Amino acid sequence: MLLTASDLQAIGLTLQVATLTTLILLVIGTPLAWWLTRTRSVFKKPLGALVALPLVLPPSVLGFYLLVLMGPHGTVGQWTQALGLGVLPFTFAGLVLASVLYSLPFMVQPVQHAMEAMGTRPLEVAASLRASPRDTFFSVVLPLCKPGLISGAVMSFAHTVGEFGVVLMVGGNIPGVTRVISVQIYDHVEALEYADAHRLAAVMLGFSFVVLLALHLYNGERRRDTPP
Amino acid sequence: MQLKLKNVFLIAVLGCAASMPCGAGEARVAVAANFAEPLKAVAAVLEKTTGHTLNITAGATGKLVAQIRNGAPFEVLLAADTQAPAQLEKDGLTQAGSRFTYATGKLVLWSADATRVDPKGEVLKGGQFRKLAYANPKVAPYGVAAVQVMDQLGLATALAPKLVQGESIGQTFGFVHTGNAELGFVALSQVLEGGRLKSGSIWLVPQPLYAPIRQDAVVLQRGAANPAAQALMRLLKSPAIQDLIRSYGYDL
Repeated sequence: MLLTASDLQAIGLTLQVATLTTLILLVIGTPLAWWLTRTRSVFKKPLGALVALPLVLPPSVLGFYLLVLMGPHGTVGQWTQALGLGVLPFTFAGLVLASVLYSLPFMVQPVQHAMEAMGTRPLEVAASLRASPRDTFFSVVLPLCKPGLISGAVMSFAHTVGEFGVVLMVGGNIPGVTRVISVQIYDHVEALEYADAHRLAAVMLGFSFVVLLALHLYNGERRRDTPP
Repeated sequence: MQLKLKNVFLIAVLGCAASMPCGAGEARVAVAANFAEPLKAVAAVLEKTTGHTLNITAGATGKLVAQIRNGAPFEVLLAADTQAPAQLEKDGLTQAGSRFTYATGKLVLWSADATRVDPKGEVLKGGQFRKLAYANPKVAPYGVAAVQVMDQLGLATALAPKLVQGESIGQTFGFVHTGNAELGFVALSQVLEGGRLKSGSIWLVPQPLYAPIRQDAVVLQRGAANPAAQALMRLLKSPAIQDLIRSYGYDL
């Protein structure tokens, strides 16, 4: 592979953003999915719809709102400045925050589906054995929902790697900070550097295929293991 | 019945004459982002005087050229440099003899904050800002000019960690306008309205610091037979329109 130093930097940065985003989503997405599964609150449907929004919103809408809200005059920008964090657009932290919002449904929905499929029976058994709700969550719910968690994590990671529009709007194309692979490819194409674009695009194509293949193999394997 | 048909015909002719001259066409124009606003004003004049309308796409010159080379259906290109139209001409993608300079652009250092930029641009050396926006020099001629200015001032290394890139001079303007970048190199035409500064503060970068941004227009192959495209080129050369272009801060 004849990747340039800036290509490698873009790849490294993309992996960092995707890894961090996936970890954050595991931590906040799992309890959110659990709440959405168990709650009878009137907010269940609206919150579910809110979580799913990034699936249908054009990235330009998300990017535009983030640019305005996270900017120095925006609500979020005012908070981050008050907390001494500065302004988030054009920063690594801003990029991660944008990615977390953008990939949220890819984590929450598979996990929520797994939790719903589990049903209430395991919870009742655990309760009859006097397990605390906390204990039940960690020793019963999470292990039973492992396939959902794995699906969610893999999809969040891959989706963040494939992120483009939002980064283009709030990133500012800074090498090593916000210039991820997708933006690097776009830059190459727009400058008619097709040879460079081809190399990176091929890497992305290979990566995406392998990830999806692995996920399908894992899911197929699991279905064969579980008795009908 | 005959009378009725005659009436219908008369109404059609009158209606056509009242609204616009018959045979009005449309031209698809690719325009460098810095000239997007002035072109809207030019389009209004064109429609009023000839009935022709423009279908306008704005972007960085380099991107527009990449699109044209890949078959984008543009009929006129208003670039932000002379190289791109000349190269297209050399490759036989334009109407021969149609190329001319329609404006010479000026670069400014702009802030949305009315007090931040001083008239001599000393703010650049002070470093009392978080981000400095400029257009991607790979595709935007105003980005190339910005790089020249930073090099000439000997500030390229010092400013490097503060740089953020817009995909065109349009996005660059947006970064500064929303305050996400305190400073940015943009086109004078973007911050002027009727010859006056719209808002914020500017440093009009002196000419020795960057090569003049001569902007060429050219009719592309597809536009060679389009009267609307030809009318636009004629209009851009007329004294009244040249005055209008000057009012946006361009030289001619």
